[in-house]
Amino acid sequence: MSDKKQFMFLNRRAPYGTIYAWESLEVVLIAAAFEQAVSLAFIDDGVFQLVTGQDTTGIGMKNFSPTYKTLGDYEVRHIYVDKDSLEARGLTQDDLQVVPWEDWETEETVDNIVEVVDSDKLAELLEASDVVFSF
Amino acid sequence: MPIEVNGKTLETDEEGYLVNLDDWEPAVAEAMAKEDDLELTDEHWEIINFLREYYEEYQIAPAVRVLTKAVGKRLGKEKGNSKYLYGLFPYGPGKQACRYAGLPKPTGCV
Repeated sequence: MSDKKQFMFLNRRAPYGTIYAWESLEVVLIAAAFEQAVSLAFIDDGVFQLVTGQDTTGIGMKNFSPTYKTLGDYEVRHIYVDKDSLEARGLTQDDLQVVPWEDWETEETVDNIVEVVDSDKLAELLEASDVVFSF
Repeated sequence: MPIEVNGKTLETDEEGYLVNLDDWEPAVAEAMAKEDDLELTDEHWEIINFLREYYEEYQIAPAVRVLTKAVGKRLGKEKGNSKYLYGLFPYGPGKQACRYAGLPKPTGCV
């Protein structure tokens, strides 16, 4: 595919209770498998999707949070988290998963593609995307 | 189509993937391979075990591109290419190997 588009997946909702977070993740995996340039952003309650130590045994839903860790393998290069949303929920980057990325040919590595950004930066990133999916 | 393994009847979906991932045991892979007239070798098992480990860690079946890269990294470059993987799993390493490994069909696989 020569004509790569910049896809941005905007995640605003808590991971469970609705199907949005899981649906978003599935579309991300599909888009990335088709070699599009895929970025994710987490704002509002969406930041909870990346929180470590999730336990879903009480609600009878699959805990899909480990899947975010493999997004680097799917060539996702950027995962942005809104700073204000994190702070409003008493969270910091230390509460979030680490998602590594590695170019398996050049062996270039990024230890963690999860980046906390302010809302101005987020607006800029959305503006620069060709396609924005909001979940 | 249910599959018979060691005297047990295991439920599968319309494409032959296990419905309950917990039903899996090595004999399931053997039984599925037998239906495809395929003899499982150590090389097949290397991929099947790799897929099970990947699923354990990430809770999804990898896309074939991701599988190919991961195999290359973990098991050596000479194995991390589609020629090698299709040689082992002619129906497609994503679909066929995931089925033998008791995993769901990879997301985005049609």
